[in-house]
Amino acid sequence: MTAFSTWDIVSNLLLAARWTVLLSLLAFVVGGVVGLVVLYARIARKAWLRRAAGLYIELFQGTPLLMQLFLIFFGLPLMGLDVSPWAAAFVSLTLWSSAFLAEIWRGCVESIPKGQWEASSSLAMSFVEQLRYVILPQSMRIAVPPTVGFSVQVVKGTALTSIIGFVELSKAATIITNATFEPFTVYGFAALIYFALCWPLSKSSQILERKLNVAHHHH
Amino acid sequence: MSLITITEVRKSFGQNEVLKGINLDIAPGEVIAIIGKSGSGKSTLLRCVNGLETIDDGSIVVAGAQLAPDEVHLRALRLKVGMIFQGFNLFPHLTAGRNVMLSPMVVKKVSAKEAEAEARARLDQVGLGHKFDAYPDQLSGGQQQRVAIARALAMKPLALLCDEITSALDPELVNEVLAVVKALAEQGMTLIMVTHEMRFAREVCDRVVFMHQGRVHEIGPPEDVFTHPQTPELKQFLGVA
Ligand SMILES: Nc1ncnc2c1ncn2[C@@H]1O[C@H](COP(=O)(O)OP(=O)(O)OP(=O)(O)O)[C@@H](O)[C@H]1O
Ligand SMILES: [Mg+2]
Repeated sequence: MTAFSTWDIVSNLLLAARWTVLLSLLAFVVGGVVGLVVLYARIARKAWLRRAAGLYIELFQGTPLLMQLFLIFFGLPLMGLDVSPWAAAFVSLTLWSSAFLAEIWRGCVESIPKGQWEASSSLAMSFVEQLRYVILPQSMRIAVPPTVGFSVQVVKGTALTSIIGFVELSKAATIITNATFEPFTVYGFAALIYFALCWPLSKSSQILERKLNVAHHHH
Repeated sequence: MSLITITEVRKSFGQNEVLKGINLDIAPGEVIAIIGKSGSGKSTLLRCVNGLETIDDGSIVVAGAQLAPDEVHLRALRLKVGMIFQGFNLFPHLTAGRNVMLSPMVVKKVSAKEAEAEARARLDQVGLGHKFDAYPDQLSGGQQQRVAIARALAMKPLALLCDEITSALDPELVNEVLAVVKALAEQGMTLIMVTHEMRFAREVCDRVVFMHQGRVHEIGPPEDVFTHPQTPELKQFLGVA
């Protein structure tokens, strides 16, 4: 077992961390796109759309991500759909992100004063035009810090996918530990890598928040 | 022929009936002042004419465009009648010029070049041609309200609704906004204004509407309404009872 040098451990963890990064990025970006659609439904004029989106959000916010992962990984095969751990991890993290992002963004949209809606209405803009040209540009400024902050949750969320056998950073750490019997070293390095991924994100979220609070000018 | 026809309009918020059958015909070029106690339904009436509130009964027609809750009807109505708000409601992320340009470009698909020329002309009209590139938070309240007027004018409305548009202003800024409104009135714009500026109403308006408890309680030329109020409610409101 001494065949594993420290460098072997670190390099193998780093290789696996690529999957953590890829999964995080995909879940965040695709989740963001789906989240926009959910957001649109959540604030739409039609009451049934708002209710459906509200239910969607509560479903994903009200159950553990792990259960969502299990339901997709074990549930879809029951319906005749075979899913790889990778696909299950991607789908569940994406849906989960979309629900949280939609809810974060809804808060930002609702913080825009009612007068902005009324002024743009009185100028004959349609709902979509109001969103596109008046409401979203203003909400986006407010939304940046919490959105970047949430990306940290996505990165940490990928660790759960190790349970269904997807080999990302956490799973790799477990595999290497089983071979080296050095759990403290291995998980220590894994934690450092997570920290190196998350810290810049949460730090920039804080900085952005402070900047947006200070800056009164939008130029 | 009247430009705006308001017929038997009723509006309730829950159990609270705020408009109890309003009838009002407004001719093209007429300038109307609406006065009345707080809560008498002045803002609600104005907001109904612009489709910001739905009505429960009756009808509102502006130059052939009928108020109805669907987006197509609302758009047609709002292309004919613009609105200015007490709180200005400029778009803070856009310059004064862009505020004025936005709706013509988005709603009427006017080219950027044309929209800019129109915006400069409208800002000149309200005396703010030099503020084209200023953001709303760099303007005084009076200037912001004048940009809001320019923004509404850029849509070439047939009538403008003004809801206490000087009430949020410092006293020294009120006159610059009223001067713009007065000039509009002289150029023949149809105006309906809710106002507490009695002197302005007397000078500029063709007719004054006194609203009381959701009804048009008295209506007439300013001389009649202000100097010969008929009802005790109006007398009390004017402080001559
Ligand atoms: N969105 C709303 N929901 C419930 N009640 C409302 C709403 N808007 C107005 N009201 C009520 O309708 C009544 C008339 O309000 P409105 O704003 O039209 O009065 P107003 O004459 O403009 O008064 P003010 O001079 O204070 O502006 C008030 O009793 C008010 O509380
Ligand atoms: Mg009012």
